[in-house]
This record gives sequence, structure tokens and C-alpha cells, in this order.
Amino acid sequence: MQNYSLFSLARNALTGHKNWQKAWRSAPLKEAYEVIIIGAGGHGLATAYYLAKEFGITNVAVLERGWLGGGNVARNTVTVRSNYLRDQSIPFYVKSVSLYEGLTKDLNFNMMHSKRTMVDVVLNYPKMRDLRRRQLTMDIYGSTYEQITVDEVRNIIPALTGGGPQSRLPIIGGMVHKDAGVNRHDAVAWGYARAADALGVEMHQQTAVTALLRAENGDIQGVETVKGTVKAKKVIVAVSGHTTSLTETAGLRLPLRTMNLTAFVSEPIKPIVDVIVNCSDLGFYFSQSDKGELVIGGAPDSGQSFRRDIKQHVFEDTVGAMLELFPSFKKLKLLRQWGGHLDIAPDASPIMDETSVSGLYVTAGWWGGYKAIPAGGLTMAHHVATNSPHPLMQAFSLNRFKNLDYILETGTTTAR
Amino acid sequence: MLLINCPFCKHRNETEFVYGGPVGANRPDLNSASDEEWVDFLTMVPNPIGPVNERWWHALGCGEWFIICRDTVTHEILETPIEKV
Repeated sequence: MQNYSLFSLARNALTGHKNWQKAWRSAPLKEAYEVIIIGAGGHGLATAYYLAKEFGITNVAVLERGWLGGGNVARNTVTVRSNYLRDQSIPFYVKSVSLYEGLTKDLNFNMMHSKRTMVDVVLNYPKMRDLRRRQLTMDIYGSTYEQITVDEVRNIIPALTGGGPQSRLPIIGGMVHKDAGVNRHDAVAWGYARAADALGVEMHQQTAVTALLRAENGDIQGVETVKGTVKAKKVIVAVSGHTTSLTETAGLRLPLRTMNLTAFVSEPIKPIVDVIVNCSDLGFYFSQSDKGELVIGGAPDSGQSFRRDIKQHVFEDTVGAMLELFPSFKKLKLLRQWGGHLDIAPDASPIMDETSVSGLYVTAGWWGGYKAIPAGGLTMAHHVATNSPHPLMQAFSLNRFKNLDYILETGTTTAR
Repeated sequence: MLLINCPFCKHRNETEFVYGGPVGANRPDLNSASDEEWVDFLTMVPNPIGPVNERWWHALGCGEWFIICRDTVTHEILETPIEKV
């Protein structure tokens, strides 16, 4: 792998940038691999990288229907945080945040990680009590949450001029999560792909998997793709919203349903907010990107959806909520809007497990899975390589549903 | 934005309705259902790329619960069964 550094930049500048190596190869598709990963998104690529790096399994193919990093890893709002509710979730996300913070060095790719703090703006007392309770659990696992007053909220976010005593729901305080940050989503996909490629992993774009293949004894034996059959004893499904569509081809049902979550971006403006603002009472969150655009997210569409578009009333609800607290944003134009479909389990926690089909693994149910990419990849690779779940992801098993042992995280994201 | 065909109020704006989830399997008889069947009923829902039956509640209208069949890709409402939930 060609090292990226100031020196290599200078050297390539002198030769007119004609000698940069390709970030990853395009190898011909082989007939068999040790491990097949379906989906070259964040989780698929991270799993491939850690399989090769931590466990020495390099005979791996990542199969992607479209282009690398073109799915939800390109459609999220790049928020990385660990303020979750449950004992099972918090240490997992704490690990993920710490891996993210070291990722630039680890992958030799600039993640532009900006650890800029998230501020929850709280408008009612039950919510504040709920967040204080979350804080106590988070304290145990090394995440940080801290209550601040209304004045402190307005000091940190001067643009927050709404929500005063005259409003229907005045601000009563805030919670500060200092571990939160944003980074560059393309760098995550490309960085993992490039580093995995350097270790021998193959990336195959425009190689849609049409069906999972099972042997006579029921075990997984490979996949059917548009470019022919590829065999493997271990197959990992990391395809977000399309998980059930794929696993049904192996006769496997999963407790997941697919929904559409939307985001939108304003025109670029001068730096105005340097933290991530979240107001779950009104139903919106946003941060300002390096380009100056406000990246805004809200609640998912009602009902299952395989569309990647945006409904007018979802957009109006979210923007209207934001204007309650930030009336000065009223004249901002919105540049882009998009949706992404993701699947959700009944408890809004992820599923990372080997399924009842031996050799078939799923990593799914990611609602806000962007922040989980490094830890998700590492723990999934551990599970596949060692045949035993990593302690950090053990709880996110499929078995939990058998006992209705839910890890309820509804409400810690925009999931309802 | 959906125009949802309420059995009483006819076509009304989606914002008047509350989504009530996909229609899963029928509730099994608790006296004879195994644990697996019960868990299956509680957790499994259809997730098709295409038509799905789902419940909606006309919360800001007549208050009726009803089932529609909607395509998850086109959002087209294919039919409105006037079936009681």
C-alpha cells in the first residue's frame, strides 16, 4: 500500500499527480473464498479489514451490488457518539468511538475526525430525568454525560435564540456528551477498503448477490451472483435494509423491518454552530459540516419503505421543529435531501450473530449504524474467525428474541 | 405524502393518520401455542419489497383502525380492506 503522507503528497505534486496508485485493485472474481462478505458498506468493509488484520484471514471477497461505499455509509449524518441507554450497548459504542478516534492513524487515511461534543437540548422534565438516568449508566462504562443549565446551553450555542420563556415548550436545560464527533464518511469506506485491499481482501463492485446457496446438510455453501456462483463456507450479510430479502433466499426469516430515514443539507454558511445539536423532544438534530452546510436529520417515515426519498411532511415536521429553536435559520435554502433504508429489530438494537443456517452470519438492524462501524467490524470479524461471539457484541444475538430478552434502545436514536 | 383511503372519511392526508405497524400472523391460541410460536408471533413481521398489509389509525379524524395494502417501493395504495382490526 502506498503510504499517504506530506512527503508522498509533495513527491506526487512534483510529478503532476500521475503516479498515485489505485486505492484498491479490481481482481477477477474467483470461484471460492474462505469468507464472502455481502455489501461493501461501512460494516462490510470494516469486517473485511479486521478479519485480515486481526485474524489473518485474507482470502475474503466483499461483493457489492452498486459501488463501494454508495449505500448507507454515504447516506448518514456522520454522528459518532456513545450516549446510549443499556448496559449492553454503552461499552460497545464506547469502543467504537475510541476506534474511530484512532482510525486515521490505523488506516493511514485522513478521517477528518472532529470531536466536537453533542448537546441535547431538553424541553421537559421527564426527558431530563431519563437522560440523567442514562448518565448514571454511562458513567459506569466510561462514557461522559453532563447536565448543564439553560444559560450554559445558550452560551455553547449562541444561535439558539428560540425556546425562551414565552414559547410553548421553553428550554429547561441540556446534556453535554463530550465524546461525540463527526468525521468524513467517504474516508471511512475508502480507508477501510484500501487497507483491506493491501492485506489481500478483494473488492468486487457491481456484483449483486441474487441468492444464498445452502448445501444438502443445510449449511451455507456460497452465493449466487450476477457474475456466477461463488463458494464459501462462511458468508456475512451486511446489506442494511435488504437483509431479509437476502436471508429469505436461504429460507431464513429474521425479526426485521425496513424503514426509510431521511436527511437534508442546507446551503453553506459561515461557521455558526460548532457542536452537534440534538433535540429529541422536538424531533431533529443537526451539525455543521466543514463546508459550512447544516446537516439535518429527523424521524423516519411512517411505515415500511424501500424508497430512498423524502416525504414532504417529514421534511416540514423536521425543519419546523428546528425553526422553533433556531428561528434565524428560516431563510436558509436547502440544497439536497435524500433517504436511506435501514432495517430495525423490535428493540431497535442491532443483530450480529451466526444464524440458524450454519456459516451464515448477519450484521443487521443498525439504526444509526455509522457510529458502530469500527466496533461492529471488529466484533463481527472476531465472531467469524473464532466461532465465538466477541464479549462486546454477545448480547446482540438472535437468541435474545427467543427469550424476549430485549435490549430496548428505542428513543436513544430517532427510532420510534 | 400518502392519500389514505379511510373506510369512513375516504381519501385524507397521511398527516391525519398514525401508523400501526405491519399485519403479522394471527394471534395464536395461548393455551396450545408453543413458546416458539408465541415468540414468532411477537417478533416476526413481513418485510417484502412490494405490497404489504399494514394498520393505520385515523387519529385526527374519525378514530377508525383499518388495514391498507401498500407497496413499499412505489407507496401506491393497492386496496383498502374494510376489515375490522
